[in-house]
Amino acid sequence: MALTGLFLCTFLIGHLLGNLQLFAGGEEGKRAFNEYGYFMSHNIFIKVLSYTTYISILFHAIDGFLLAFQNKKARPVNYAYSKPSANSGLASRSMALLGSIILIFICTHMANFWWKAKYSSTPMPLHRVEVSAPGSEQKQSLYLTTTGSFLPTEGLVIKHGTQIYAPEVNLKVGEGYKDLHSLTVAFFGHDKSEEGFPANEFALLAVVLYSLAMLTLSFHLWHGFSSAFQSLGVRHPKYTPFIQMVGKGFAVLVPLGFASIPIFLYFTR
Amino acid sequence: MASKNININLKIWRQKNANAKGNMETYKLDNVSTDSSFLEMLDQLNEQLINERKEPIAFDHDCREGICGMCSLYINGEAHGPDRAVTTCQLHMRKFKDGETIYVEPWRAKAFPVIKDLVVDRSAFDRIQQAGGFVSVNTSGRTMDANAIPIPKHDADKAFEAAACIGCGACVASCVNASAMLFVSAKVSQLALLPQGKVEARDRVLNMVRTMDEEGFGNCTNTGACAVECPKEISLDNIARMNREFLKAAITSEA
Repeated sequence: MALTGLFLCTFLIGHLLGNLQLFAGGEEGKRAFNEYGYFMSHNIFIKVLSYTTYISILFHAIDGFLLAFQNKKARPVNYAYSKPSANSGLASRSMALLGSIILIFICTHMANFWWKAKYSSTPMPLHRVEVSAPGSEQKQSLYLTTTGSFLPTEGLVIKHGTQIYAPEVNLKVGEGYKDLHSLTVAFFGHDKSEEGFPANEFALLAVVLYSLAMLTLSFHLWHGFSSAFQSLGVRHPKYTPFIQMVGKGFAVLVPLGFASIPIFLYFTR
Repeated sequence: MASKNININLKIWRQKNANAKGNMETYKLDNVSTDSSFLEMLDQLNEQLINERKEPIAFDHDCREGICGMCSLYINGEAHGPDRAVTTCQLHMRKFKDGETIYVEPWRAKAFPVIKDLVVDRSAFDRIQQAGGFVSVNTSGRTMDANAIPIPKHDADKAFEAAACIGCGACVASCVNASAMLFVSAKVSQLALLPQGKVEARDRVLNMVRTMDEEGFGNCTNTGACAVECPKEISLDNIARMNREFLKAAITSEA
């Protein structure tokens, strides 16, 4: 529990830093985010890291359920009157419940973003830019390619998700970026119909549920961070107060950072 | 502090024997001196029950000065009642208000089955202790005086603090998971900190933890309730130390 928990804490930092790019709006922000998304899905080290993360989440959840089950069994008859608030924190006693809520959140979160971007039956729209020649009213739609060049959207077809082909000769002429930025900002209320993502009509609900999930995560980390060190036997009068302080800070700042993004997106829609 | 008498209501767990189904019974007890201990109050109630030709309440007690670890009782939702760093025999009735309803229950854990009323079987602790809570000594007749072995003062103090554990089971009773980690870690630490304990160090922690699991205690989730409720203020440092000892032993053991 402790090892997977601490590994997942490092994952949270990486994920948060990636997400914070969403604060940079405009064409530049969109491009940076989509390039980041492409890197995250095409780098072999990231692949190894992501599978380690999936395995950690599964192990952390299954081990947690087994422990909670054993712990329930260890007290078959409950007290008629118990006052646990007198000796322990609410978060520390609710780790299994908090963890279960977080697991449900992870499932919906991956269905909303990861699944849509990766496996959705309808092809994911690619990163496009609208340009017009100087002095001309007519707009032209172009694909941004991974080499940094642009290709016209008309007359070309998309294969295997991101590969741009010239249909007559069946030749790959470039590779585009999945428009993860538009997918994300549309989910939290921005109208990106032109990019293929109409605004989510339940954006407010999405923001509220996301924020509640982050609150749950905060409580989970409030206890979990320093608890992991205790489980590993890392306890020392010199370092433990520091670990506990970092743990509390981590538990507040990381979920707050995550939650700030959809709230920002919703109010700038 | 001026002594006075209070009248109290009690809700106490009654259970005929290990197999019987128990229930909470309500009692009224008048004129309880606030200077009396909780156990003296129960004596007073039992006297009243005997006079009424009723079965007195069975509860564990022995030294009545906080060192034997016999008294238990989950009082008003806390092990050994609302006071800190005391056993039930050291808990005074001045901690309760006139007219208050006091809940009294036995320790609740699968590993501590109820024998009768408020008495539970804590022999699981004995079996854990027997699995590794000992040291080998030279019995050739030329046994070295323990005081002749140099031990840093700091280590001796820590070992002594761990050795203060009286094995009452309040840690198990308080723990949301009915985990015995504080007890076992105190027993492991007490010996792990001293040179005399080094010989069996590896087997000790492995065997004691294995026995703890076999007895059906829960897992530690570091809520810290045990250390708060412990009448001897055994520290969570001991649990971390046992975790270190266990990791070290588990990694290096051959089986």
